[in-house]
Amino acid sequence: MTLSRRQFLTGAGAGAATAACLVSAPAQAISREPKQMPEGALGMLFDSTLCIGCQACVSACRAANGVELGAVPAPLADWNAANTWAVADDLDGVTLNVIKVYRNGDASVKDRETNGFAFIKRNCLHCVDASCVSVCPVSAMIKDPVTGIVTHDASACLGCRYCSYGCPFGVPQFDLNNTFGQINKCEMCAHLQAQGGIPACCDVCPTGASLFGPVALLQAEAEARLAAEPGSLHQFPRGDIRADRPLHEAPIPIYQKHVYGETEVGGTQVRYLSAVPFEKLGLPQLGPDAPVRFVEGLQHKLYNYLLAPALALFGLAWAVRRNKPGIDAQDQARHGKEN
Amino acid sequence: MSGHPERLRGVSLFTPFSMVLGLLVLIAGVFLLKRFVYGLGDVSNLSPGYPWGLWVTWDLIIGSSLGCGGFAMAMLIYVFNKGHYHPLMRPALVSSLFGYVLAGSAAVIDMGRWWQFYNLLLPWHWNFSSVMLETGLCVSAYTMLLFVENSPMVLERFGLEKWRQRIASVMWLIISIGILLPFMHQSSLGSILLVVGHKLSPLYLTPWLPLLFVSSVLAMGYALVVFEATVVTRSFRLASEHHMLSRLSTVIGWILAAWLLLRWADLLWRDALGDALVMTPLAASFWFENALALFAAIAFLSPAARRDEVWTFLAAVALLLFAIVYRFNAYLVAYTPAVDGYQYFPSVQEILVTLGMIAFEILAYVVVIKLFPVLHSPVRQAAHA
Ligand code: SF4
Ligand code: SF4
Ligand code: SF4
Repeated sequence: MTLSRRQFLTGAGAGAATAACLVSAPAQAISREPKQMPEGALGMLFDSTLCIGCQACVSACRAANGVELGAVPAPLADWNAANTWAVADDLDGVTLNVIKVYRNGDASVKDRETNGFAFIKRNCLHCVDASCVSVCPVSAMIKDPVTGIVTHDASACLGCRYCSYGCPFGVPQFDLNNTFGQINKCEMCAHLQAQGGIPACCDVCPTGASLFGPVALLQAEAEARLAAEPGSLHQFPRGDIRADRPLHEAPIPIYQKHVYGETEVGGTQVRYLSAVPFEKLGLPQLGPDAPVRFVEGLQHKLYNYLLAPALALFGLAWAVRRNKPGIDAQDQARHGKEN
Repeated sequence: MSGHPERLRGVSLFTPFSMVLGLLVLIAGVFLLKRFVYGLGDVSNLSPGYPWGLWVTWDLIIGSSLGCGGFAMAMLIYVFNKGHYHPLMRPALVSSLFGYVLAGSAAVIDMGRWWQFYNLLLPWHWNFSSVMLETGLCVSAYTMLLFVENSPMVLERFGLEKWRQRIASVMWLIISIGILLPFMHQSSLGSILLVVGHKLSPLYLTPWLPLLFVSSVLAMGYALVVFEATVVTRSFRLASEHHMLSRLSTVIGWILAAWLLLRWADLLWRDALGDALVMTPLAASFWFENALALFAAIAFLSPAARRDEVWTFLAAVALLLFAIVYRFNAYLVAYTPAVDGYQYFPSVQEILVTLGMIAFEILAYVVVIKLFPVLHSPVRQAAHA
């Protein structure tokens, strides 16, 4: 579960070059327009500095979504008969969220980069311009036009796993250990919301580290935290930012001056605050362009109304029709000679 | 040489070699059964970090590109009016059919929810933004078309003259569509990688991916024809087709040279060589791939090497290897999962399934050239001498 430095960043200048290549001027001209977040978009704010690593959200997520993990190893089985503490290493075919820890040196102080540690919750970020939605051939990933929440329709899905391969955050996962497996990912507890509830993880979070609500309000709250004087007391909302649960009072930490998810890959509806650099938490540095913009632009230019293929076919057919009789005659001649 | 296509006669099917192939097919069958009973994870090393592995990369991506001989030859012969290559057309089409049928089967084997595959064909599910949709439909359509393109030899064999003529009268259209479709989906196989973004090394992530994929597949198609023609004429001791192959070599050489030029101009212009200058498996694989391409290009373009049958054959092998390594690199080696801590190397069972499918392909090819009039020069060298 420990996070380490991503290997690919060791390549000299690799990150910068990645950013540069698809945003060059001609590529921009081909790209389709960026998608806008719906006005009523719902999301989550995860403040790493508030997370105490209790994993109540992991347990609640499993209960709310009917996830059963495999049994714990024998030596632990007794005290963990209810399987409460079984945790997956990362998102997998059944696990929809997980708390991971960043550790450095003696890991003595929370939210410190060197000789410190920090927590991060991993689940779907509900991207504004979601790769999974764009790449799915059978529209099995659906972005709600009102809330912007990305859900999955297993009855349409082919199990091609292109969504897994393409997601910038490695979120949707196919249940590989099942004869009739399916893709699973966080759907922001859409089923609970339909009954007037809120996502289970935010509901149980004791400190407000996982906070649910309209993205606009969450972003304003995040900005207020960044603007506040470190050390000053702040009232942190819990559960749903709009509800009037008792607030959690705590001093403002020294944040990284960025709300992760505000711009990354065209914006995400789950956003993050942290005191340690985001890459340390496994949130990669990403440019503001959704990678799907270029692909979709290119694809639509090539295949709009099948105009280009039709033209190409016309040209090909003309050439083949003109050349074929001669080629056949040549063949006949060769054949005839030998007989 | 240059007779009318005929069946290959007097060669036994039951050689030790074909027995080994048969055994491999059987073994693969067992593991395939396991895959369908217990799920993908039971036989493969796929993981949350690597949702795509050997089967997608080799069987599907590379498998279909190895099926591009037919389309490449059709273009040369019918569009550029090079009728003298016509004897190479039929064998190329047969191997294309096998390449695509197997790529199609691999798609179903690898499909997590294979029992819902038909959703791909239902228009109300279609997502027009998806490159995978274009690829899936286009590959399916082309596979059907390959059956039609290959039908004349079956009709000839069974003397169904009327049907043969009917199809012959629209063959010009079928051939044209058969050139268009591979252009579409083979370039899409490059476009698929464009969304992967930061997870793909800058060595491979470029807006030129679709062009790089489709042009390399064209070169591959010709190299494959050289490869197959040489292997078949040698192993069944037929008259050499080298004079035709050496003319083809120039075509291959220029395509490959243009490919390398585009690839390197793009790499240098984007200043993207960083990952190639560190000691990693990716860097090694990248340089290996480029060395192969360079060797093949030089060999195909140098007149001395082109005249020599062995050199031409080696160059074709190098080119095929290069194109295979390029695809492995792009889809697997240059891919870094979004989350740390995952490694992928195919499991033994995964590899055995793949080997079994290759074995099946070779067996089926041999059976077909024995049963149907495919080869153009069934004249034994001995008979010539
Ligand atoms: S994080 Fe991944 S799965 Fe979630 S919406 Fe974005 S692309 Fe889709
Ligand atoms: S695995 Fe399913 S949801 Fe994901 S891209 Fe393929 S068909 Fe769509
Ligand atoms: S919103 Fe629901 S499904 Fe998503 S991580 Fe929270 S509890 Fe799990």
